[in-house]
Amino acid sequence: MSAAAPASLVETDDEALLRDAARGFLAGADPLARLRAMRDEGRATDPELWREMAAMGWAGVLVDEANGGSAMGHRAAGILAEEMGRTLALSPFTSSAVMAATALAGRATDRLSAVAAGDLSYAIAVDEGPKHNLATTALAASRVGNRYRLDGCKRFVADGGAADRILVLARTGGSPGGADGLTVFDLEADRAGIERTRRDSIDARDAADITFNGVEATGDDVLGDEGNGLAAIAPAIRAGQAAVAAELAGLSAGAFAMTVDYLKDRKQFGVPIGSFQALQHRAAHLWTHMEVTASAIAHAGRALDDDADTAQLAVSLAKARAADTARLAVAEGVQMHGGIGMTDAHNMGFFVKRARVATEWLGDYGHHAAHVARLRR
Amino acid sequence: MVVDNALAHFRASTAAWLEENCPEPMRGAGWSEDEICWGGKRWQFTSDAQRVWLERMAAKGWTAPRWPTEYGGGGLSRAQDKVLAEEMARIGARTPLERIGLRMLGPALLEFGSEAQKQRYLPPIVRGEMRWCQGYSEPGAGSDLAGVQTRAEDAGDHFVVNGQKVWTSYADKADAIFALVRTDRDAPKHKGISFVLIDMESEGVSTRPIRLISGKSPFCETFFDDVRVPKENLVGELNGGWAIAKYLLTHEREMIGGGARGLLGGRAISSILGDSGIDDPVIAADALRTEVDTLAFGLTMERYKDAAEAGQGVGDASAMLKYAGTELNKQRYDLMMAAGGSSALTWDGEGALAPEWLRTKANSIEGGTSEVMLGIIARRILELPA
Ligand SMILES: Cc1cc2nc3c(=O)[nH]c(=O)nc-3n(C[C@H](O)[C@H](O)[C@H](O)COP(=O)(O)OP(=O)(O)OC[C@H]3O[C@@H](n4cnc5c(N)ncnc54)[C@H](O)[C@@H]3O)c2cc1C
Repeated sequence: MSAAAPASLVETDDEALLRDAARGFLAGADPLARLRAMRDEGRATDPELWREMAAMGWAGVLVDEANGGSAMGHRAAGILAEEMGRTLALSPFTSSAVMAATALAGRATDRLSAVAAGDLSYAIAVDEGPKHNLATTALAASRVGNRYRLDGCKRFVADGGAADRILVLARTGGSPGGADGLTVFDLEADRAGIERTRRDSIDARDAADITFNGVEATGDDVLGDEGNGLAAIAPAIRAGQAAVAAELAGLSAGAFAMTVDYLKDRKQFGVPIGSFQALQHRAAHLWTHMEVTASAIAHAGRALDDDADTAQLAVSLAKARAADTARLAVAEGVQMHGGIGMTDAHNMGFFVKRARVATEWLGDYGHHAAHVARLRR
Repeated sequence: MVVDNALAHFRASTAAWLEENCPEPMRGAGWSEDEICWGGKRWQFTSDAQRVWLERMAAKGWTAPRWPTEYGGGGLSRAQDKVLAEEMARIGARTPLERIGLRMLGPALLEFGSEAQKQRYLPPIVRGEMRWCQGYSEPGAGSDLAGVQTRAEDAGDHFVVNGQKVWTSYADKADAIFALVRTDRDAPKHKGISFVLIDMESEGVSTRPIRLISGKSPFCETFFDDVRVPKENLVGELNGGWAIAKYLLTHEREMIGGGARGLLGGRAISSILGDSGIDDPVIAADALRTEVDTLAFGLTMERYKDAAEAGQGVGDASAMLKYAGTELNKQRYDLMMAAGGSSALTWDGEGALAPEWLRTKANSIEGGTSEVMLGIIARRILELPA
């Protein structure tokens, strides 16, 4: 029987302060304008923006104080992700500060403190096909004496083009489809035999296919235990899913805010279009969708902070809801803007594209809804 | 993890008390509207267990866990209330008493009632001794509620009430009605309404049941023909009834939104379907979606209760809770009917789902329609132009 006080789903004072600070900073930084400029120049990363975020401690939000972090927890990380989502601020936050920080916690402390400082960035290379699935991992890590040789390819790795290091999930035993026999390697991205090909992602962000051609590794490169890689990577994936869900919720709120402003501003038939009941009801329905999702997001953060090992249901619920809400928010966003919403000059398109990419990242609606059903049975 | 010793102790003692005091027949999921205890002077308990369960819970004030003990309530904090609900859900304990008095009139009296009114009306509500009904809607005043025409004329120490209400749930079984009446016909429509309490046994009150598509007759037309209502039964200010009406509606909407039993404490819908051996990809997909939405909505009810505890009133957001909860409940019942196939198509028999499914169609009408809820969200929360 749990003796814990049921954690309130309302933000604490510290969390509210963090949100205000993040919102204030991002309002000044104008990430949307930066994203557009980068897209136009063909750049997929914004190291300058990330340096400023790291200077505010965002990179260390999940890292313990001994390693230079603030250990504010997953709800706080979610709040940062939401605020970044709202403005489409682009950074390696989820890959490095959330996933790598979670995977490295209690292990490689020099790397962890570098992550917390924002000096070291990671990509998490797990998926090999078009849908998220850890068990189908086929990338082989074959034993050669007391060394390993990695051969295979990871697809569409987020932040994979620019990351300093890569956590790669490889197969040292078992067969694709099985959860056993997986091992996580922590490798520098420029190790011999690693080849990275940038993908031209619709959201203009860094995504890369990473090929491993006879890459040599040793036991020192293994994170966790050989053959039990799922245990080593799962907490990181789970934390990442919660952060991406939060980002999607923020993205929905950002698209919605633009839409509501437009409803008040744009006039047709001599009146603001927001006075038309058909549009009022669609906006109100969408807001309701967002409110319900916001609860799942807050709950996922609380559940991870409370007991990460039992939080998968809460996290999958959050990711499923967030994906669903974001789909609706961007579709309605375009529709209620009319023609202007279809133009590249308008920002709504960036929200549409990022929503689609973030929905696929670490499992889409169907993946997580099925998880929810399985875990509830 | 915050470990709170006092709360841990409360949880342990509550679990032990429930274990000892909740009769076996009052436990278990999946109970129908017929098994709800509504209380009231004329209430016939459906079983001894139902009576005992109500008496024991009422003695602790746990039929109204958050109300002050001075009015018979449980005086529990939000955290304790959550624990009580969790422990009741764990053993499948039924709600001992529903709900119009507890969930609608009670909160309004606590906020707007005089001390004498609180002393007089709240304790019998807690004990299930007085059953209430709601006299808002009229034939000409549905969504446009402020258009009520039932009038109350000042006759010195009392009012004389004449007019008609409609859709009055359980008017034929209730002991008293709280009603919106027009006390100033010249004022703008929102400003001439008063909120009064009327004994259903008063001379001149009559009811006529209306049969629903679900086959039941839970609601009535209610007629007032020169009914004398003592002035002490006026709640709040004369002509100040609209504010009370709206406050009560926010509670009603929150209640209707989260009210469906199956929604919050119920079994996973996917497991219900799984057990029935259905192999239909569309039903399976609908079940996944409904499951996700149900859990997320339950958390939203929790989040808003947490916010209320933190001093942020639910207010207009009750429209969102009502809209989301009722549309979801209809979706759940559509799904269960599809899963039930022909076994769900009879009035009687196993589970008798059909009447409940038909009843859910009213969820998005009663207490304000979904369209009215969307309008409230659009104008009051999103501040879209009129
Ligand atoms: C089972 C049940 C129990 C009830 N119990 C009670 C009770 O105990 N006490 C009580 O007082 N009342 C009760 N009601 C009445 C209920 O509150 C009303 O039915 C409700 O407010 C709608 O009013 P109406 O039926 O007159 O519909 P109308 O207001 O005539 O609505 C008809 C349709 O028009 C739509 N509509 C109306 N105005 C607008 C608008 N401005 N914009 C867009 N669409 C609009 C509505 O959404 C609806 O779809 C109950 C109703 C039901 C079904």
